[in-house]
Amino acid sequence: MPTIQEFPLAAFVVEAAFLGDVPVFALGNGVVRVVTRAAAEPVVVHKGPILEAVVTSDGRLLSGGDDGSVMLTRIGEAPEHIAERPRKWIDHVAVGNGGVIAYSTGKTAVVRWPDGREKSFEHNRSVGGLAFAPKGLRLAVARYDGVDLWWAGTDQKPIELTWKGAHLGVTFSPDGKYVVSTMQENALHGWKLDDGKDMRMTGYPGKPKSLSWSVRGRFLASSGSNAAILWPFHFKDGPMGRPPVQLGPRQVPATKVACHPKEETVAIGYQDGLVLAARFSDGNEARLRAPDGSPVSALRWDDSGKRLAFGCENGAAGIVTL
Amino acid sequence: MTDQQSQIPVTVLTGYLGAGKTTLLNRILTENHGKKYAVIVNEFGEIGIDNDLIVESDEEVFEMNNGCICCTVRGDLIRVVEGLMKRPGGFDGILVETTGLADPAPVAQTFFMDDDVRARAKLDAVVTVADAKHLLGSLANSPEAQEQIGFADVILLNKTDLVSADELKTVEARIRAINPHAIVHKTERCAIPLDRVLDRGAFDLDRILSLDPDFLEGEDHDHDHDHHDHDHDHDGHEHHHHHHDLEGQGVGSVSMRIGTLDPDKFFPWIQTVTQEQGPDILRMKGILSFKDDPERYVVQGVHMIIEGNHQRRWHDDEKRESRLVFIGKKLDEAALRKGFEACLA
Repeated sequence: MPTIQEFPLAAFVVEAAFLGDVPVFALGNGVVRVVTRAAAEPVVVHKGPILEAVVTSDGRLLSGGDDGSVMLTRIGEAPEHIAERPRKWIDHVAVGNGGVIAYSTGKTAVVRWPDGREKSFEHNRSVGGLAFAPKGLRLAVARYDGVDLWWAGTDQKPIELTWKGAHLGVTFSPDGKYVVSTMQENALHGWKLDDGKDMRMTGYPGKPKSLSWSVRGRFLASSGSNAAILWPFHFKDGPMGRPPVQLGPRQVPATKVACHPKEETVAIGYQDGLVLAARFSDGNEARLRAPDGSPVSALRWDDSGKRLAFGCENGAAGIVTL
Repeated sequence: MTDQQSQIPVTVLTGYLGAGKTTLLNRILTENHGKKYAVIVNEFGEIGIDNDLIVESDEEVFEMNNGCICCTVRGDLIRVVEGLMKRPGGFDGILVETTGLADPAPVAQTFFMDDDVRARAKLDAVVTVADAKHLLGSLANSPEAQEQIGFADVILLNKTDLVSADELKTVEARIRAINPHAIVHKTERCAIPLDRVLDRGAFDLDRILSLDPDFLEGEDHDHDHDHHDHDHDHDGHEHHHHHHDLEGQGVGSVSMRIGTLDPDKFFPWIQTVTQEQGPDILRMKGILSFKDDPERYVVQGVHMIIEGNHQRRWHDDEKRESRLVFIGKKLDEAALRKGFEACLA
């Protein structure tokens, strides 16, 4: 039986993550809560809400805030202030290989190397989301009417992946063959990078804002419907012409999805606060957390797949141990 | 989540450059009202205060793939509202300042068309600040200035100290010709009690009380009752209508008043009108009487977006009639009136 440990954190949970073994929650009051045994100790990281946070390969939490700061937080150390854009919001952050990170504010994306060197990439419209390719120094920037692919280490112009509409988030498939964006018009859009083919993934009643690749990148799970929608990417042409798999159907919209790191199982958080896990093969479900009325806003497995951290808009957060 | 209580009211502040928007914003930010407002501005520029609740944002219009004008929204607002919602404690309101040249429609539409924003915020009113001295010139030269007046729920006719009484009358008449239904307040340096600007509920169906062209909310007016309606009960005037559009191509209004309607005729007609003429219709409001229906039905719309609902029972002493007002460009009054009259029960 799974056990559940809950914390009332009293602020919007923006992200849940594991720094090494340690669960942390990044909050809307600028605080990162670090779970040590029974308590979630506060570390003040930002002066305003944390807008996005992501774990680096060496187990630190990279966060951007509406205080204009980019911060790195490591367990047991004071948060490191690595960049600042006064009076701006740091809308998005991303981590790449070899300690390279990226952040964006408005129309500008910035890549920063571990030695402190920075390079800016300007866009005509606001940056909707950032993602590094799994290999190499390639940065995808979601923007209006498509996605730009920058080779961060060169001065080349970006490769422009074009599709009309506002692209609000972006991800690379784990094998680097596909780029998928989330769109304002309740759709995902994908590009197969070797031939540039477009892939439309539509039919969502809401915006599919949360994406998660399943183990070995066989499926891309998404929120935005009253179930998790999983598009198959293990066929030659990706999901084209194939219906998605629907898991965890309910009367309530799914707000967050997180694929298990080792098994073909997806954790799904819903608008009413319920969390469940569903198996791809037979759709079997295990309820992990009862609904409390507040939307699930953060959901993350640890590397072993034994613990699932979740957080909600009302500040409820917790760890489910399987 | 979508209940009205949890939706933060949003006031859209429009007005031509130099009309006094910044003065009003500074007043809202500094006055001791005990409320917490977030303000979204184009540039910090002249806002004289350092306040972490002022957010700078580039106006960024998202057009949808389907090409539908009513789906055009402001992407920056979606992003900023989402960010603000992460703050603890919430807000009593959000103010959005638009540039002098901006079309207010995408701002308004964002609060109807984007599900995420709609779940958290609701449009309270469009407030337009107009410069009494320069408004006539702006209106003559700029379709945007006309649209800002046409779109408004509340108009601050500002800098009244800089014009003569006659000039002021002319300006007011011009405003009324474009938008007979906005509440006009004459101000100097935007001096006005803030409760006349904020928390107006102008898009709440529940708060559509009267559509009389002459219904002005004066400083001492009681607008809790509908008795005012009876003052306009002209004998034999079954069709009380106005059409003001002084320059032919500009923004004007059509106000219509007829009897009880057949809903099976009215709804298809209003759908067609808003579909076909939506891009030219800035605002629409109506209080309607349907046959075999004891309740008032109210509608309001922005371009192609319309919302309607039953509001309350008709009072026994209230005249059952249907009123509909359009404010927009190139309105064909004769066709609208003919269509509306064809909906009579």
